[in-house]
Amino acid sequence: MAKQNDTRQKNSTGLMALVADRSFYVLGVILFMIVWQIAASLKLFGADFSEAFSPLAAILALIEMIKNGELLHHALPSLRRVLVSLSLAVVVALPIGVLVGYFRRIEQLTYVVFQFMRMISPLAWMPIAIIIFGVGDVSVVFLLWLVAIWPLILNTSHGAGRVSPLWVNMAKTMGALDMGILRKVIIPAAVPDMLTGLRLAVGVSWIILVPAEMLGVSDGLGYFILDTRDRFRYDQLMATIMVIGMIGYLLDSANRWLISKFSWKI
Amino acid sequence: MITSMNGSPLSGKPLLELRDVSKTFMKDGAEFRVLEKVNLSINEGEFVCILGPTGCGKSVTLQIVAGLLEQSSGSVILDGKEESGPGPHKGMVFQEYALLPWRSVVENVELGLELKGIGKKERRKIAEEQLELVGLKGSESRMVHEISGGMRQRAAIARALANRPKILLMDEPFEALDALTKEEMQIQILKAWEKTRTTIFFVTHDVDEAIFLSDKLCVMDINPGRVKKIITNTLPRPRHELVCRTDREFGAIRDQIIQLYSSLKDEELDLVF
Repeated sequence: MAKQNDTRQKNSTGLMALVADRSFYVLGVILFMIVWQIAASLKLFGADFSEAFSPLAAILALIEMIKNGELLHHALPSLRRVLVSLSLAVVVALPIGVLVGYFRRIEQLTYVVFQFMRMISPLAWMPIAIIIFGVGDVSVVFLLWLVAIWPLILNTSHGAGRVSPLWVNMAKTMGALDMGILRKVIIPAAVPDMLTGLRLAVGVSWIILVPAEMLGVSDGLGYFILDTRDRFRYDQLMATIMVIGMIGYLLDSANRWLISKFSWKI
Repeated sequence: MITSMNGSPLSGKPLLELRDVSKTFMKDGAEFRVLEKVNLSINEGEFVCILGPTGCGKSVTLQIVAGLLEQSSGSVILDGKEESGPGPHKGMVFQEYALLPWRSVVENVELGLELKGIGKKERRKIAEEQLELVGLKGSESRMVHEISGGMRQRAAIARALANRPKILLMDEPFEALDALTKEEMQIQILKAWEKTRTTIFFVTHDVDEAIFLSDKLCVMDINPGRVKKIITNTLPRPRHELVCRTDREFGAIRDQIIQLYSSLKDEELDLVF
C-alpha cells in the first residue's frame, strides 16, 4: 500500500517537474514581452511612434483585426500561396533529389548549377518573374517555389546518396533491380532528410513570402505590412509582424512533428 | 531415402560448382591476387563451411557466388546454369544483418516477396511461417531497433528463406554476436536447416563453429587465397543433441585443421578455436 502511494507521489511530482520545466518556455515569451513593453514605455522607438509600437497596442490591434476579419482576409491568401508553391516544389524537387543522390553521373552534371542557383536570392528573379508571369499571384508563387526547391533537392539527394551500400546489396540479393532499390531502399531511407528539407523550405518560403507579396498583389500579410504603413496604423503593423512570426512558428512546429513521427531510428 | 523440400532425392548431385574461380583486385596501381583457381562443389542439401584466416578470400568467394562481386576468371554454376549477378534464388545473410530500420520485423521478412509481387495476405502468411521457423514468433510487429543482435540475425535468416532460395549464403553471420548467443544461433540454424533442407554455404573463421555445423569443410590458404583442403565431416547428426565440442572425434578434426595451418606465423593466424 505504502509502495503504491510512493509511486503515485512520484508520478505526480514527475508531472509537476515536467510542467515546471516546460513553463520556462512560456516564461521566456513573457519576459520578452515585458522587455518590449518597457522599451516602448521609455520611448526607445522614438517619441512619436513608441506608443503604437508597444506590445499592448499590438495585441489590441490584433484583437480588432480578428474581429473585423482583416486578419483572415490577409493570412489565408498568404498561406495558400505558400502551400501551393511548397506542393509544386515537393513534386519537382523530391524526384530530382532522389535521382541526383542515387546516380553519381546526375549528381556530377547538376552539382555546380544547383550550388550556384541556390545562392541566388529569389527576389533577384523578381523582374524576370514579372516579365514572364505578369504582376500578381503567379509571380509570387513562382518566387516562393524557386526558394523552396533548393533545400528540398539538396537534402533529399544527401539522404539518397548516403544510403548504406549494405542495404543496396541486400536488396539486390532479394531480387531488386534499380526501380526496386529506389522504391524499397533509397526513397524510404531518405525520408528523414526529405522532411528536414521540407522544414528548411517552409522556413525560407515563409521568410521570402513577405517581400514577395510586396510585388503588386492586393492581399496577403506582406501586402498588409505596406498597407498599414501607408495608413499610419503602426499598431496594426506590429500586430501583423506578430502574426507572421506566430504562423511561421506553427508551420515549423508542424514540420518538427512530421520529422519525429516519420523518421526511423537505427 | 531423405528427400528435400521440393521432393527431389538428395542424391548428391552437385548443386553449386565453382570452376577455377580467380579474383584480382587493383590496389595502388598493382594487381593483387585475392583468389586463385578455387574449385569447389556443393551437393544439394549439404551444409558446407568455408574456413580460413583473414585475407584468404573466403568472403570474396561467397560474394562472387552471391553475384555481388564478379570473378576475374572461372565460372560459378548453380543447378546446371552459369550464374551472373545476384537474385532471390541465392539467399544471402550478412554479418551486419542489413535489416531496414523503417520496417518492422515481419515487413523486413516480406521484402523479397514484395519485390516478387506476391499479394499482401500470402506475403504475411509466408513471412510468419519463416519467423516461426527461426524462433521469432511473437516479435513480428517489433521494430528493428527494439530487438537484440541475435533476434536481428534470425529475422535476416527468415528474410532470406522466405524467397525459397536454392542455396543460402551466410557471410560470418554470427560474428557480431556474443559467445552465448552465437552458440544458440548455431543450434538454431541447424534446426532450420534440418527442417528446410536448404543447401547452406557458410563462411567463418571460427574453427569450432565450422566443425559443429558442416558436412564438408573447405579450408582456405592465404597469399593468394586458395583451397588448401576439403575435409568431409562425419560427426553424427543431429549435432545439437549428439555432438559435444569436447568429443574425441571433434578434437580430431580440429587437430587436422591446426596441422594444416602449422606453416602460418602466429600473426597471420587469426582463427578462433
